[in-house]
Amino acid sequence: MMKKLLFTLVTLSLLFACCFAASAYENEAWYGEQNAGKVINVFNWGEYISDTYEDGMLDVNKEFEKLTGIHVNYVTFESNEDMYAKIKNGGASYDIIIPSDYMIERMAKEGLLQQFDPNELPNYHYIDRKYLNMYYDPDNSYSVPYNVGMVGLIYNTKMVDETPTSWKIMWDEKYAGKILMIDNPRDAFAIPQKILGYSFNSTDEKELADVAQMLIDQKPLLQSYVMDEVFNKMESGEAAMVPYYVGDYMIMHDVNPDLAFVYPEEGVNIFVDAMCIPKSAKNIDAAKMYINFLLDPEIALTNAWYIGYASPNTSVLESEDYEEMAQNQFLYPDEEHMPNVEYFHNLPQETLTRFSQLWNEIKLAGGTNVRVYVGFGVTAFVIVAYLSYTAVQKRRREKWYDFRSSK
Amino acid sequence: MKNSLTKKIVAAPYLLWAAIFIIVPLIFVVYYSLVDANGSFSLDSIRSIGKYSDIMLNSIWLGFVATIISLLIAYPLAYIMARTTKNMQRTMMMLVMLPMWMNLLIRTYSLMILLQDTGIINSLLGAIHLPGANHLQFHMINTRGAVILGMVYNYIPYMILPLYSIMAKIDYGLIEAAQDLGASKLQVLRKIILPLSLPGIASGFTMVFVPSVSTFYISKKLGGSTFSLIGDIIEMQFKSANNYNLGAALSLILMVLILICMAIMNRFTGDDDDGGVLI
Repeated sequence: MMKKLLFTLVTLSLLFACCFAASAYENEAWYGEQNAGKVINVFNWGEYISDTYEDGMLDVNKEFEKLTGIHVNYVTFESNEDMYAKIKNGGASYDIIIPSDYMIERMAKEGLLQQFDPNELPNYHYIDRKYLNMYYDPDNSYSVPYNVGMVGLIYNTKMVDETPTSWKIMWDEKYAGKILMIDNPRDAFAIPQKILGYSFNSTDEKELADVAQMLIDQKPLLQSYVMDEVFNKMESGEAAMVPYYVGDYMIMHDVNPDLAFVYPEEGVNIFVDAMCIPKSAKNIDAAKMYINFLLDPEIALTNAWYIGYASPNTSVLESEDYEEMAQNQFLYPDEEHMPNVEYFHNLPQETLTRFSQLWNEIKLAGGTNVRVYVGFGVTAFVIVAYLSYTAVQKRRREKWYDFRSSK
Repeated sequence: MKNSLTKKIVAAPYLLWAAIFIIVPLIFVVYYSLVDANGSFSLDSIRSIGKYSDIMLNSIWLGFVATIISLLIAYPLAYIMARTTKNMQRTMMMLVMLPMWMNLLIRTYSLMILLQDTGIINSLLGAIHLPGANHLQFHMINTRGAVILGMVYNYIPYMILPLYSIMAKIDYGLIEAAQDLGASKLQVLRKIILPLSLPGIASGFTMVFVPSVSTFYISKKLGGSTFSLIGDIIEMQFKSANNYNLGAALSLILMVLILICMAIMNRFTGDDDDGGVLI
């Protein structure tokens, strides 16, 4: 009797241990506890990590804290350029950043990134080989791919009658006041560049000027330049179309099913966002743990669900829970649906300077308003009239006093 | 002797604060505006300012209009507040301060959602079926009006507070004396209340005008792409364009322009030597 009970207990506890192990992460022992209590600073794009336990997803940062005892200080940025400015000027120290391809190329060249050997990471083997040895990091010594995405045109089928096939629809006066444009120079320039048949990585002065001119021409038709507020504006039906990232379309489509997506025929930008460790990182061991954790099949799956971009993680594509998403032709287009794609490359300094000059000019264009001059004129007139009036009054009063005192 | 030493010690924390957070940053602004990207002396950034004159005038004008509107709204309110019972004053003060407990970014973002074509105001108007309003009701977002509204909404407490504290100090006996001597209501306002409240107007004007002119978030969210303000351009230099020199030069010029505007303003509220300016 006693033996039987013991046996049952042992079986139960074994079973429990098995269940526990199955639901936990791979190579838990690898993480160890030597970094518990430390802090890791993570700098990532907005809406770019799963942060909820709803619908069977996981809060990735909380899970990481539970597993390792390292506290995650999570901060977001809006564009590669914003992130670069912060790192470059040394204002802040982060342990993990997730820039895009061309920015990794630039930062590595400028010595802003920490070199490390990703083969140390037990989960590294999950990365799809086709995203390794990329042009921006030929030796895989700076970065580990996080997400892959493309830019396409998101449009509201209730507001756009036709099915757009070309970027040119963004210059169609029919949709004036309903068009949104992406608010960072590289992505905004990319659209006229493809319409005009130029490369994204063109350094030709005349080509850049043509592109800027097209954007200036487009300005009167625009409702707004947007980044993260695009969600609100597209989901509510405030705007009809915007060029934006595919993963964000997946999120918006869940909220507003009237939204549709297309890769225009002229060509689109494809990008890889990858995890890097900046030179200024304070806690490199913890940073490596964080990268490895994001590669874990469980975590990569929850992220792929939540963020809605294509995952470079082979375990995600093999997962049964992900089957439906893996069939999605926007995320994982087969050869037939594959649009014309081009990567952004890092550009020489003169071209970058030219980019920001032109971007300034685009932002300044059309700002003049006659009413402002009229307003200033009227105000100046009132001021002068008032001052002379008081001066005259004062003189008169003084005369009056003089007159009185002389009497 | 001892007295002056105590004074120095008491003043030290603020002096230190001012040195670190006001003087040093100002020196940086001047330094960056006078060098090029490599750190050698150059006037290029200052010279390129000409291009931005339109946008600067635009910003100053919008800030000015917003300040005048705030003044017109706040002045009567401050007067009424100063003349009610203590209890009422507390309640009203609370109501003025209440929006400031929320972050400016959140307030502005919600204003954007309110004003949108598909926003709450227009949806409500659509729901009650105003006659002749079967299409869009009011187009409010992405206009100059929306930006001015945002500035007034966000900064009006800074106008009300100084006005109120000045008005509360006005000796009511003076007003009664004027009335006894036969002054009309308008005359009381012009000759008694207005001159006595001038310092309040001056500080309210500064506190609304300066942040309005240099704002960037409000114009970005409420103005759309139709126009940028100088604050947007400066923000861009520091955030995405990574051109600190131009950004610093623009800030420097903006500061000088604001100083000039304040000087003109002081001419009106002029202190002592100019006694009865507002007669």
